Amino acid sequence: MPEQLIFAMEVTLNGLMAGVLYALVALGFVLIYKASGIFNYAQGVMALFAAMTLVGIMNGQVPFAHLINAIFGGHITHFGWTIPSFIAILLTVAVMVLLAWLVQVLVMKHLVGQEPIILFMATIGLAYFLEGVADLMWGSEIKTLDVGIPQGINLWIDEKTYNIFGYGFFIDNLDIVATIVAALLVTGLVIFAQYTKQGRAMRAVADDHQAALSVGISLNFIWVLVWSVAGFVALVAGIMWGTKSGVQFSLSLIALKALPVLMLGGFTSIPGAIVGGLIIGVGEKLFEFAIGPMVGGATENWFAYVLALLFLVFRPQGLFGEKIIERV
Amino acid sequence: MFYREAGDFKVSYQDDSQTFPIKFDRYRYYAVLAVAFLVIPFVINDYWANAILLPFLIYSIAAIGLNILVGYCGQVSLGTGGFMAVGAYAVYKLMTAFPEVSMFIHVLLAGGITALVCVAFGLPSLRIKGFYLAVATLAAQFFLVWLFNRVPWFYNYSASGQINAPERDVFGIVITGPNAASWATYFFCLIFLTLCAIVARNLTRGTTGRTWMAIRDMDIAAEIIGVNPLKAKLTAFAVSGFFIGISGALFFAVYLGAVEVGEAFGINKSFLVLFMVIIGGLGSIFGSFAGAAFLVLLPVVLKVIGVDMMGWPTDIVAHFQLVIVGALIVFFLIVEPHGLAQLWRVAKEKLRLWPFPH
Repeated sequence: MPEQLIFAMEVTLNGLMAGVLYALVALGFVLIYKASGIFNYAQGVMALFAAMTLVGIMNGQVPFAHLINAIFGGHITHFGWTIPSFIAILLTVAVMVLLAWLVQVLVMKHLVGQEPIILFMATIGLAYFLEGVADLMWGSEIKTLDVGIPQGINLWIDEKTYNIFGYGFFIDNLDIVATIVAALLVTGLVIFAQYTKQGRAMRAVADDHQAALSVGISLNFIWVLVWSVAGFVALVAGIMWGTKSGVQFSLSLIALKALPVLMLGGFTSIPGAIVGGLIIGVGEKLFEFAIGPMVGGATENWFAYVLALLFLVFRPQGLFGEKIIERV
Repeated sequence: MFYREAGDFKVSYQDDSQTFPIKFDRYRYYAVLAVAFLVIPFVINDYWANAILLPFLIYSIAAIGLNILVGYCGQVSLGTGGFMAVGAYAVYKLMTAFPEVSMFIHVLLAGGITALVCVAFGLPSLRIKGFYLAVATLAAQFFLVWLFNRVPWFYNYSASGQINAPERDVFGIVITGPNAASWATYFFCLIFLTLCAIVARNLTRGTTGRTWMAIRDMDIAAEIIGVNPLKAKLTAFAVSGFFIGISGALFFAVYLGAVEVGEAFGINKSFLVLFMVIIGGLGSIFGSFAGAAFLVLLPVVLKVIGVDMMGWPTDIVAHFQLVIVGALIVFFLIVEPHGLAQLWRVAKEKLRLWPFPH
């Protein structure tokens, strides 16, 4: 087999893995959009916030330490204990649920019935707010996150592919774990949505708010639930990305990467988010591999958006989105 | 008492359809112009010019441009940073290629070039609407920034990849480069802002503006009553791009002087200008000024309070700024979705009826 083709295969595999990570972020968007029609720009910052909280809790950092020191003097930084990652994850989930409740009570409740674009702007405001709070709480320096996920080259795949092609593929263990986790998460979400009472209520709200209200479903509760689930998805995405590249500000920018994924897949479709993520992941890696060197590299910055843009011109609702019907 | 229409008789159609039909408004407008043109240039110093006045003037132009697109025509754009970069690089190429031509012409040409680019990226708006369009404009943002970073022709093959504004003058007065006097740079930006505001205000009052608003309110209905959506949307993109290009050109040439594209015209710039438009008020020229003033002043005020008065470290104040901006946006959307401009309108209405509340 020619060498170029083997390289391309490796790039494709890596692209698929990266696509899974994009899809993880996109999932959170789809959940909230389906249930409440809110396009939640803050999803990426929620992932950042969740990851920072997790690191902070694990290391026993004092929240707002820097601020307290600045106001009252003193040098508090840590409580002096460390918490095992499993318990820390549970605590972080609790924090995300609390956050979901606060968002619902303080913000979204007051914006019911506003135009979608106003709601979108509100989530941008929320994103800025959360980012500031996260920095104030835990400090803005880059942190390493280690919850015990294996990292580095997968030797088994390396060996097997070396035996077949005479060239060992480089596949990161973390990416494999992320793929498995994403698969579990999606299965879990589908089961939750199909077979539990709350899940069915959630789908009912997604179908029609007023009809759901009239059969006695509490919109407030469902929205808190949806934001909590989105917070949980954000935490998973935050753990994966945080382990991969450190917990830092750029984590919140993956939300922007998730947008073209959503446009490709359609805002309302969970399978769409996954397929879109894979297409974008493979597409940008292959494009960078094939065309990147000719035009100066770093095409990953924009390829996804341009692809989505061209795609939308031909199919405005995305691959799996509901057909947009407009009435005058 | 003083804000009244009573006794202000209109005797011609011109009188009736002028921009400020109420006498008090008109005098206030002349007074603001007089202060801006005749007082501030004489009392200005470097700190005021660089920290407050220049960013205010330049962001106001950008906010007016974006307001035309988002507030009047309803096409949400997140590509403002990229379009400002087009203006900046256009003016840079023009300044270095034709040193003897006046800066006025360069800045206007940069606006024109940006308008063309903006129209090109606005073409998909004919098929794509709402959020999808907002995300599609991100393509412009990231692609343009990448382009200016990677293609050496745009930064004249300089080793650092930055662009630096060479010294240029208008009628013998230096307005770019490190030796420019603050009053001259201020005056240069002010002239552009005034012209842009007058053009924008009159465009939005006329046929063009009305077709934009028809498209914004409901595009299908507008199409049925005979508005050409292609023309309306693309003119909105063109006019908006022209203003944003001018502001980008001024931002680089007059205000910063040296620019690294990813830093100066990144996605954050797009959001900043969008926030100005939202906080100021969608669909209002005055709102663009108010929003720009608010978001330019906020960090300065916070810094004065936090760092100088309370003695906090600068990073805490920077984080607080994020928290406050975010909270304010949410607050405004909940309490007054139409922004500062609406508060101003309400205040004027109250003033007209004062001292009788009904």
